Amino acid sequence: MMKKIRLIILTIFLFFPNNVYSLIEVDITRGNLNPLPIAVSPLFSDEKTIENGKKELKLDDIGSEISNIIENNLLRSGLFNPLDKKAFLQKSDIAHLKPRFEDWALIKAQALITGKVSLENEKLKIEFRLWDVLAGREMIALAFTTVPSNWRRVGHIITDKVYERLTGETGYFDTRIIYVSEEGPKIKRIKKLAIMDQDGFNTKYLTLGNELVLTPRFSPTNQMVTYLSYFKNLPRVYLLDIETGLQEVVGDFPGMTFAPRFSPDGKKIIMSFAKDGNSEIYTMDLENRIVEKITNHPSIDTSPSFSPNGKYIAFNSDRSGYQQIYTMKSNGKSVKRISFGKGLYGTPVWSPRGDLIAFTKLHKGKFYIGVMRTDGTGERLLTENYYQEAPSWSPNGRVLIFYRETKSDSEGRGFSAKLWSIDLTGYNERLVKTETDASDPSWSSLLSN
Amino acid sequence: MDLIRNLRNVFIVILFGFLMSACATKTKQMGSQLQGDVYTGTDTVEYLAKGVPDRVFFATNESILTTASRDTLRKQAAWLRKNPDINVVLEGHADERGTREYNLALGERRANAAKDYLMTYGISSNRISVISYGKERPVDSGSNPLSWSKNRRSVTVKAN
Repeated sequence: MMKKIRLIILTIFLFFPNNVYSLIEVDITRGNLNPLPIAVSPLFSDEKTIENGKKELKLDDIGSEISNIIENNLLRSGLFNPLDKKAFLQKSDIAHLKPRFEDWALIKAQALITGKVSLENEKLKIEFRLWDVLAGREMIALAFTTVPSNWRRVGHIITDKVYERLTGETGYFDTRIIYVSEEGPKIKRIKKLAIMDQDGFNTKYLTLGNELVLTPRFSPTNQMVTYLSYFKNLPRVYLLDIETGLQEVVGDFPGMTFAPRFSPDGKKIIMSFAKDGNSEIYTMDLENRIVEKITNHPSIDTSPSFSPNGKYIAFNSDRSGYQQIYTMKSNGKSVKRISFGKGLYGTPVWSPRGDLIAFTKLHKGKFYIGVMRTDGTGERLLTENYYQEAPSWSPNGRVLIFYRETKSDSEGRGFSAKLWSIDLTGYNERLVKTETDASDPSWSSLLSN
Repeated sequence: MDLIRNLRNVFIVILFGFLMSACATKTKQMGSQLQGDVYTGTDTVEYLAKGVPDRVFFATNESILTTASRDTLRKQAAWLRKNPDINVVLEGHADERGTREYNLALGERRANAAKDYLMTYGISSNRISVISYGKERPVDSGSNPLSWSKNRRSVTVKAN
């Protein structure tokens, strides 16, 4: 503990000289012990807008609702400390024109978000500004127009802009999570595909629960999803367009295909095909339908994941006797085992930044979510639990979402499956709220770019 | 005073005795149903015909057939030879203590181990199909070694 504190102090001193002249900045590379105090002033809306918001969107005050979304996003990121609105001294419309910085500094705000929203003729117009309170300067001023039904996304887009400006990293708030919704007793579990906004709102169910569905994964480039369905009791990889609802089987394999993921350009699906007790990794090109066999080994080869440049594949194999993580070139050559720690390793997922591989580890009856460099060095375990697996990266590579199951008694009581997220730093572990029990989360790319 | 103390001691001894016997029965029960960590009991077993059990069990992470499993599969093969019109599906399963995708592969490997054995006893591969459910269809919902051992299985199911 002492050592840690000393290290942090040292880091602060090292960082300080460089930052003295710059504006406020949030460092996300380590656990954030002092989240940045930020004031999110409610977006100002005139009477007409409030009235239209009530009528069209059933919202009491659309400006406050949007600022609540921003506040909640900032809070859950673990990097910001949104201040209590009751302490705000300045009215939202005046603050948006010209903040009285002394008032905001008085309540210890270092950054301030102000804005204005109007809803008229089926158009939602938004203006917002981010202010550096201590320097007394504007950091961002942006205006945009969208359709009223996008009002929650407005909150997410503003959060992304603020996050980007203050951390120097791309945001991850205007995103969605696809996952498997679970209901019913363990031995008769009903599973459906579900999709929701990153903050748990706007949940939609994409299948009815008539057949078992597993492991949905977002395309990194569009609104396509690949997943495993037991439709007609034939476990096969499917492709689903979440805009149109159209779906199709991927490839024509005489047996179970599973563990699908997209290539980084979204043009291929990589997956396992199991036959005669042997699982091998294949790719299928979605344009010309050409199927390629990538691995050739009598052991289990599964859970493939492309590197972001498409040149390498991380995968799971038990060719050494037990489940371990391997990498190879995308043509299947140069296979190399990279996990050498104690225990079993599974579910490798390449970070969108390319430098790390997230994984699940089982050791002495405990499950861990961790990360290692792509050559297997620098293993770091982020969280330990009774059961957890299947990490998926936020599109900026800073947060992992995964699912966690609880132990049940001999009658199956006490069982639950929930989504959790944790920062790459190992800090800020949070339950991600879902309407039902949930598993197999997959994070989308940023919807707005 | 002495009486109370004595009574208390007696009470403790009795309580201790209860605890000991409770533990003993539990271990005995577990021990009699597990060999290594392969399930050897009959709690969940159903019968395809008289004397023909429908399932075989596996050790953690393994797909090797035990002596008892081979015995069961020989009985199934004999029954299938006597009933040439019956086709079967072999359903492979894993316990909940493994990652979902690996367990799908493991279930497939287990069901195929059973299929291969039936084939060496003269059953045509045309009559046998295989499906893996990974850890998705446990038969016992407990989170303990005995429950897990019942779930690591390959079940032979009539297809027609």
